[in-house]
Amino acid sequence: MITALAFYLFAGLTILAGALTILARNPVHSVLWLIMAFFNAAGLMVLLGAEFIAMLLVIVYVGAVAVLFLFVVMMLNIDFAELRAGFVRNFPLGIAVALVLLAEIVIGLGAVGQGGIVLGTADGSAAVPADMSNIKAIGMLLYGKYLFLFEAAGILLLVALVGAVVLTHRKRAGVRPQSVPRQNARRPQDATVNVKPEVGKGVSL
Amino acid sequence: MSIGIEHYVVVSSILFVLGVLGIFLNRKNVIIILMAIELILLSVNINLVAFSSFLGDLTGQVFAMFVLTVAAGEAAVGLAILVIYFRDRGTIAVDDVSHMKG
Repeated sequence: MITALAFYLFAGLTILAGALTILARNPVHSVLWLIMAFFNAAGLMVLLGAEFIAMLLVIVYVGAVAVLFLFVVMMLNIDFAELRAGFVRNFPLGIAVALVLLAEIVIGLGAVGQGGIVLGTADGSAAVPADMSNIKAIGMLLYGKYLFLFEAAGILLLVALVGAVVLTHRKRAGVRPQSVPRQNARRPQDATVNVKPEVGKGVSL
Repeated sequence: MSIGIEHYVVVSSILFVLGVLGIFLNRKNVIIILMAIELILLSVNINLVAFSSFLGDLTGQVFAMFVLTVAAGEAAVGLAILVIYFRDRGTIAVDDVSHMKG
């Protein structure tokens, strides 16, 4: 009972937040609704017993991706009203495509659902161990069977990181950056002079 | 009443359709388009985790992690492209991007 209640709460809020993400006038609000959608999806995943993915969703999406979006939205000085100009014009086509897509999914689900969805049988190579927590079982799988894919995912992230830095980096004119070699090459005798000022005369610098 | 796999599949389908709708509705605003893509990937993740849980097979959760990785990389590179596009043109309206035609 409580599970069903929690499911409908999380599912309803996820869908509501998703709808408001694409409909909100202000992109900042869109990002905030996206964060809410991710939180509620994490709730759904907790209900499914996938705590690790749920926590990952909160950390990666809310902590990194959503903040990145927020940062870009606020950093760029964009006239959002102008960007919304085609919204009404695109509305009929968008709704039509969405309805066709939804109808297809509903028909497919209905066809399968005639006898309930028959799940295939897993080959047992990644079965959930009974005596292990979710995170430990995933760790065993990730560092065992899927080690190569795990490393490849790491390299993918590295490429994305370097790519983002290379894309946004620019040389600016008119700034005076620190030059470490020049600083190291400078000796005291180049920079300082020892003078003996005479009485009544100034010192020329 | 018990919550079956069908419920989760329905939620994830609705979320997927919302993402596609978002791409169609906000064709000018790349930021919203990127967010809609994130919604689509989230629906894929819900699907993977739901099937993983109901099948008793952890592979789905491992692959959900990889989808998460790709989504994070895509968001980073997409937003970087967005920033240099804005720097170049002073707007992010993408419905008339044609100066890369070659």
